[in-house]
Formats: sequence, structure tokens, C-alpha cells
Amino acid sequence: MEIIDYYKVLGLDKNAGEKEIKKAFRKLARKYHPDLNPSDKAAQKKFQQINEANEVLSDPEKRAKYDKYGKDWEHAEAFEKARQTQRQSGGGEGYRFSEGTSSEDFSDFFNSMFGGTHTGGSARTVKFRGQDYHAELSLSLTDVYKTHKRTLTVNGKNIRIAIPAGVENGQVIKIKGHGGPGINGGPNGDLYITFSIANHPRFKRVGNDLFTTIGLDLYKAVLGGEVIVDTLDGQVKLLLKPGTQNGSKVKLKGKGFPVYKKEGEFGDLFVTWSVKVPGNLSEKQKALFEELSKLSS
Amino acid sequence: MQTEEFISIETFCAHHGVEFSFINTLEEFGLLELPTINQTKCIPSVQLAHLEKIVRLHFDLDINMEGIEAIVHLLNRIENLQAEITALKNQLRLYEDI
Repeated sequence: MEIIDYYKVLGLDKNAGEKEIKKAFRKLARKYHPDLNPSDKAAQKKFQQINEANEVLSDPEKRAKYDKYGKDWEHAEAFEKARQTQRQSGGGEGYRFSEGTSSEDFSDFFNSMFGGTHTGGSARTVKFRGQDYHAELSLSLTDVYKTHKRTLTVNGKNIRIAIPAGVENGQVIKIKGHGGPGINGGPNGDLYITFSIANHPRFKRVGNDLFTTIGLDLYKAVLGGEVIVDTLDGQVKLLLKPGTQNGSKVKLKGKGFPVYKKEGEFGDLFVTWSVKVPGNLSEKQKALFEELSKLSS
Repeated sequence: MQTEEFISIETFCAHHGVEFSFINTLEEFGLLELPTINQTKCIPSVQLAHLEKIVRLHFDLDINMEGIEAIVHLLNRIENLQAEITALKNQLRLYEDI
């Protein structure tokens, strides 16, 4: 178990007074508070350390225990036994934050020394929302083409959620009340799910539109004809104009991606034709191309 | 049709142990818009997290109203910029090799 130097965490020396502790804590809390650093896990971790350091150093009783046994915490139990015989009331000003105050948010070191409890008076400690949880869900493009239900396991609990069609890569949805439990009877936190949607091997998505490139043989490009195009919704038959140029595009209206939370609305599918020039020509083919070349010059 | 839930400000204040005057000040600063329902000021439940965040900034971090106003503004900008970055990243994927 890692021994944490709470003085170092708050940037203080061992003789720091109550006011200095409070000042140092406030200064750092303003920098790393989760409300001021949304989605910044490093800041949240740092804030937990600061909060924990303050929880200990602002409470004279805990501070004494930490000062005496901090680097030799295994003996803290013996200290506790002695302390129980001459229990004194005490407690410095504690600060409690809705994001970062369950015993789970304190280090193992803290929990082993102080049993995961954190006492201390506060001018305004009533009920707090539980911690917000953040999770990432990796899906494929075809997964989010249709609304579907999925069971997620978050902190050991199974949550069944409906994933609406059209969810975008990087989009965050909030599942109310599925975060950490509330503190002192406060409401539960929320669960934020960030969707990570992998690229599709054949389709690119921009907003609600899909883009794909389809190889076309030279003869069909020159002469035109029917082409079968794959979409995420099945195959469609297209009538290709004679003289289709390499790199030209065609728009298939409504064959793109479903619009998020707008049932029945779809973006478009843009097909780029990639004309394949034949290689390894036979003598006969070569002769015919030469003849064509003469005709067109 | 989507229905919106409202919580009376009295309930909110009692729950969080904050003075009613604090909520009034937030309204004066334009940080909150509170509809009145049956002669009672209420907060839409969708704005609850926003108000709770303001309460934490003020009481836990000792930030005054002017500071909160600036923070809320900057956090909104961060949120918009993050959304823009995500949209741009998604557009860039169009040019990645498949």
C-alpha cells in the first residue's frame, strides 16, 4: 500500500497551522475541483488526494494519528486502543463534495488508518448527490444503425439501456440515477456513457450522411448499365449513365444514417465511383484499345 | 409529449441547506431562470445539476457570484468547443484509410 504524504499533497510543511491548511486546500480545490474540470480524470484523481489530505490534516485528532503513525500505519490499531480510553472530541472544518466523498474515493491508506469514515463539522453539510460515473461503450457503426437494448455492467451492477439509432462517435448520454449512491440520503449520481464508434470498413459517416467508394469496371463506366450497391439497409440497384467519370459521385437520398431521436429520418448515402482500368491486356484487347484510340483521336 | 418535472425552490433550499436569498441572487445575476408554478418558484429538474454545481462552487470553494458567472460562461464554452472537436474528429474520419 502506498504511503501518502498529505503535507506534500497540499504543499505544506509539517508545522503548518489550521489557517494555512485551509488556504492551501481551497487554492488546490479551486484548481482541481471536478466541477471545474469536467471529464478530466487526472484532475479528479488529484482532487480526491487533496480532499483526503484535507480530511486528515484539518482534523486535529486524525492529524495527530497521521503524524505519529503515518509512515508506520500498521501500528495505528495499537494507537486506537490507547486512544479509546481517553477519547476526546475533536474535528476541524471538513469540506464535502458531491463528487469525491464516498469511502470508495479515499485511498486504501486512508481507509486503513481511518476506517473510511470522515467526520468533521461543516457549516453546510446536508445531503449530496452521489458521484457521477463515466463509462465508455465501444460499438460498431452497424450497431448504432438501429435502436437496440444492451445490458451494461457498471460497478458490478447490470443496467439495461436503450441505445437510440444515430448515436455519434464521442457522443455522451446521461443515465439519470445510475451513478454513485447519494451521501446522507442525497440522490444518486448519474451515469455518463461516452460512445466510441469504430470505423466501418466500407462506409464513412459524417453527421447523418454516409460515404462509400465503389469500384467500377471500365466497360461499365463507359457503356453504363446496372450496378448493385450495398447500403446499411440492404442492396439497391442503380442505373449507371454511360460515360461515368472516375471520382464522380451519386447521392442516394435517405439511404444514409438514421437521424438521432428522429424516427424515420435518414441522411443520404454518397457513392463515389472508382473506375478500374484493366491491366494485363491480352493481345486482342490491346489491339481493340488501339483501334478505339485511333477512332477517338 | 415530453413532460417536465419541477421542484420547488423551498424544497431545494431545505434539502441543500441554502438560503432562499442565494437563489434570488443567482436569478438576479441571470444564472438561473425560475418559472413560477402555482405561486411557487420552481426549478426544472433538468436544471438541477446546474444549480447544484453553482451551490458547490459558492459554498465549497468560496467563489463569489462574479466568479461563478465567469466559470459558468467558460464551462459552457469548453462544452461547446468539446462538441466541436468531436464533430471535427468525426469528419476527419472520412479521410482516414479504410
